[in-house]
Amino acid sequence: MLKQYSFEETAVQTFDDKTSLAMRTEDMQVFYGSNHAMFDANLAFPKNQITALIGASGSGKSTYLRSLNRMNDGIATVTGKIWYHGVNINEPGVNIYEIRRHIGMVFQRPNPFAKSIRENIVYALRANGIKKKAELEERIEQSLKGAALWDEVKDNLDKSALSLSGGQQQRLCIARSIAMAPDVLLLDEPCSALDPISTVKVEETLLELQKKYSIIIVTHNMQQASRISSQCAFFHLGHIMEYAPTGTMFSNPQIPVTQDYIAGSFG
Amino acid sequence: MEQTNSQLKNQDTQSHEWDTRLHHATKATHEDWIGRGISYFCIGIIILVVASMLWFITSKGIATFTQNHVSLWKFLSGTNWAPDQGKIGALPMILGSFAVTFAAAIVATPFALGTAIFMTEISPNRGRKFLQPVIELLVGIPSVVYGFIGLAVVVPFMRHLVGGSGFGIISATFVLFVMVLPTITSMTVDSLRAVPRFYKEASLALGATRWQTVSRVILRSATSGILTAIIFGMARAFGEALAVQMVIGNAAIMPKNLISPASTLTSQLTTGIGDTIDGTLPNNALWSLALILLLMSLFFNALVRFIAKRGQLKHER
Repeated sequence: MLKQYSFEETAVQTFDDKTSLAMRTEDMQVFYGSNHAMFDANLAFPKNQITALIGASGSGKSTYLRSLNRMNDGIATVTGKIWYHGVNINEPGVNIYEIRRHIGMVFQRPNPFAKSIRENIVYALRANGIKKKAELEERIEQSLKGAALWDEVKDNLDKSALSLSGGQQQRLCIARSIAMAPDVLLLDEPCSALDPISTVKVEETLLELQKKYSIIIVTHNMQQASRISSQCAFFHLGHIMEYAPTGTMFSNPQIPVTQDYIAGSFG
Repeated sequence: MEQTNSQLKNQDTQSHEWDTRLHHATKATHEDWIGRGISYFCIGIIILVVASMLWFITSKGIATFTQNHVSLWKFLSGTNWAPDQGKIGALPMILGSFAVTFAAAIVATPFALGTAIFMTEISPNRGRKFLQPVIELLVGIPSVVYGFIGLAVVVPFMRHLVGGSGFGIISATFVLFVMVLPTITSMTVDSLRAVPRFYKEASLALGATRWQTVSRVILRSATSGILTAIIFGMARAFGEALAVQMVIGNAAIMPKNLISPASTLTSQLTTGIGDTIDGTLPNNALWSLALILLLMSLFFNALVRFIAKRGQLKHER
């Protein structure tokens, strides 16, 4: 039986004006029909850092993440404000395609198209209006290098993406996202379908990528959060309970629910 | 020592008891036998029926060539169909059948694709609630009703529009278009729904628009299903007899244009089969037309299987 915790008692950090932020949500609520799935989400994400969203299944972390680039459009109702470069992108007039070009997303299950490795990346670039052969080639190489996949596939770019291993497929998905030069990369449990060795490779890739991108990653795996993230937010039943630098969160959690989760009492 | 022996003996009797228990047939075993027997019986009957139909049509169909000594080439390329006078050129009917089939498929496919995309991508809820039942209803309407509507509405309309009798390939095309539309649409809907959701999400998350996603990802990965749908539609059009017969005019002459009376293999069969005597050339010639129909439907089936196999390979690779 899950203990009842007060949703009033939270410890969510805020940042001063000196910290430059990649994006921020203000009083965000998410509803699936009449089901209230996310309550008053206020989080800010510092630039060029990895922020991990942790919590048990059904805590709302994926729901939260998918709202950030409007992937919940048509699936859920999202209210409140999502600030990105000083613009509230949770408004009707905003161009969602443009948003997703700047805020890329990688999913839990590797989902390359049934096309060649090259075509997978070219698809994203063509969708963004890049058509020149030379630029396409350059971006393919850069993005595959960025995702640490180049050395493994450079001789077989025309091979089907589905012939790659799960970890390679996931890095191809990362490459596909960064080919469009986004600012923010959202990752929804990118390693949960991967074996430990592939996971290490993806994690190394992410640590390298944070120099250029701001990364927000949902993870089931607390060790992963502690290995790679700088900030960590803990979600519980649709509420953000605690948000702190990762070191602090794991060594000195502030409130009982976080303490119990990190100690492994539930989740 | 004695104890060990008795233990052994005990084990032996036990194992004998278990032996019979595990070998004897129970109710479940009998049910298995009965079930298997019924399935084999049904399959046997079906195989027998299909095989005898194939044999019957083939043997009757080739009688034109074996008994009446008409050359196959003359049959396929001859343009004069007058079996009473010994002239059996089937080309007008073959052309007629292909013309109405391809024309109906070409006209119906864009409409079917549009409807299917609307039902799966643009408005899935309304699609499921309203359009799905409408399409299922359209599939179920008997072909004589379509033919009757064609006769009462389409033929007079064409007569009014372009003159002549109103009977012809274009009227048949229009009636077949309405008849194959639901077939193609519902099968296309199935194949679009079968496209994995994550393809769509992957595309949208890359900033692709809904249109780009539909045209480059969803339609692309459903291609083999859509082709199958079109071929099923064509097979239906090719084999449709009654509705076509009612609006095409049934003139066994080479189709010169789309608005003069023509005929198809099926329409010629239904018109002619009552007026001929078994074993004579006119009768045998009709069986030969039936044989062509049979071969074409085998061809459509083979094509569908071929495409399905190709589609499978593409996804597994």
